Amino acid sequence: MTDVTPSRRPYDNPAFGVARRLFWVAAPFVLIATAWQIASAFFPDFLFPSLIHVFARVFDILTTWSLFSSVLATAMRILGGLAGAFVLGAVLGLAIFSFKTADRLLTPTLTFFQGIPALSWVVFAIIWFHGVEFRILFIMVATTLPAFTFQIVGALRSMDKDLSEMVMSFRPSRRKYFSAMVLPAVLPEVVTAWKVNLGNASRVVVVAELVGSSGGVGFQLLQQQQLFDMAGALAWTLQLVFFVLLFQWVLSQFERMAFRYRAVSERG
Amino acid sequence: MDAAIRNGHGMTKLDDLQFVAPDTAEVEIAFRNVTKRFGNLVAVDNLSLDIHRGQMVALLGKTGCGKSTMFNMISGLMAPSEGEVEVMGQQPFRNFNWYRGKMAIVFQTDRLLPWRTAVKNVEIGLETLGIAPAERRDRAMHWLETLGLKGHENDYPHALSGGMRQRVSISRAFATDAELLLCDEPFSALDEITSKRLRTEFARLVRENGKTAVFITHSIDEAFDIGDRIVVLKRPAEIAHDLRMSDSVSSEDREHIRRTIHASLAA
Ligand SMILES: Nc1ncnc2c1ncn2[C@@H]1O[C@H](COP(=O)(O)OP(=O)(O)OP(=O)(O)O)[C@@H](O)[C@H]1O
Ligand SMILES: [Mg+2]
Repeated sequence: MTDVTPSRRPYDNPAFGVARRLFWVAAPFVLIATAWQIASAFFPDFLFPSLIHVFARVFDILTTWSLFSSVLATAMRILGGLAGAFVLGAVLGLAIFSFKTADRLLTPTLTFFQGIPALSWVVFAIIWFHGVEFRILFIMVATTLPAFTFQIVGALRSMDKDLSEMVMSFRPSRRKYFSAMVLPAVLPEVVTAWKVNLGNASRVVVVAELVGSSGGVGFQLLQQQQLFDMAGALAWTLQLVFFVLLFQWVLSQFERMAFRYRAVSERG
Repeated sequence: MDAAIRNGHGMTKLDDLQFVAPDTAEVEIAFRNVTKRFGNLVAVDNLSLDIHRGQMVALLGKTGCGKSTMFNMISGLMAPSEGEVEVMGQQPFRNFNWYRGKMAIVFQTDRLLPWRTAVKNVEIGLETLGIAPAERRDRAMHWLETLGLKGHENDYPHALSGGMRQRVSISRAFATDAELLLCDEPFSALDEITSKRLRTEFARLVRENGKTAVFITHSIDEAFDIGDRIVVLKRPAEIAHDLRMSDSVSSEDREHIRRTIHASLAA
């Protein structure tokens, strides 16, 4: 008898660890769902529909192309708006960081813009433009641009001066300086900015879709409101939440991969 | 402290000592009546100093006497308020890019890029010189091995000890094969034994590779270990003593020099 299998306690088993992590991911949702389900037993269906009902609608949306295309349209609008705001914000941010005049002119302007509510942009967009998609893109960019720009300026300003001087001491070209120093230094904060703005954009997009769009989660929500269909409203809302969670997860995976170099404190 | 030094005679006696032949090599770094002000504060006051090719100069002075300021003017990161700083016949602040590949710096702290592995950190200077990836890696590996870091090339800085990190930064400076090396108290954050070992190693590498080196320090011992020439600065960056050292300096003379420097730093 040479083959001795070491005895293991159950929680040494890796499968057990995975199960435990899954449990803690699921726990808060289970809690909310339970609370809702209990409420649905006491209130009429049009106020608190049963979750079974809601999930049937969710399933319906996910499996019916004409409905699911609305989800995709909204997702594309969020990503398109964020991408536009990011590109513009990067240009403005670099300008503010590099030129004093740009800082003096743009920073107060963007701060002013930041005070304008999303609904005002919706009204402006309807008055100024015709195309529905362009209106939505305009609203998305206008509402997320100031924050994006300020976050990029903040990242550039907090760049380590000592490290930057070290790189400069080797007399790099502008391009080399940007790729070896600026980009990796600001990337973590840029990803964080994406995460923050993703939340904002997903809330703004449904308002933006009220400008006359004939598809999208915002449009669908409006329909449910007119029908007084709570299960539908919930099902559509969940689509948006799913999308945000999915995209957050993608960004987190990117972070984990790209920022492996960071020290991890065992104390957390 | 002996009386001769305290009443001022020691200074004269020290300045009379000529330990090596006068410099014949060409001037690599020239300060000509250089003054540097920060607002009302005069950090460097009308300083003139020539450093010749192949010399290994220790700039010794108390904290705040303007060593880093001199250093920044040599490396082109700062412009003098008055006078001229010339390095290899050019002005470092004005012709900043002219020095690409010609000077390398070891900073007070390691200044490694946290997002690059050790070997990638060493390669940074070679990248600005447009050297091909394979050769870059070979040269970086050569210097990491020379400094005893074989096996750690793929470690990120956070996984290295302070001494190892500073060795990576020395590798980074040597890898570009620049003829001028500038060091701003590179070992002051390390323990005494590591510091002593690294500076001996550093001095040997500088000599073997025929570099000119300016080494800033506030430690008399370190200046003695490193410098062929020790320039003692008083505040604000004026020269108190300029000493040429060689192996022929007797141990009594060394002791005398040490005490004199100590006295003028304490003054
Ligand atoms: N950028 C700056 N702005 C204003 N004052 C400065 C600046 N850099 C240096 N100084 C001042 O100039 C003087 C000399 O500073 P410097 O850093 O050159 O000293 P140091 O000899 O390198 O000192 P240490 O040994 O502590 O590094 C100090 O009084 C310092 O406060
Ligand atoms: Mg200093």
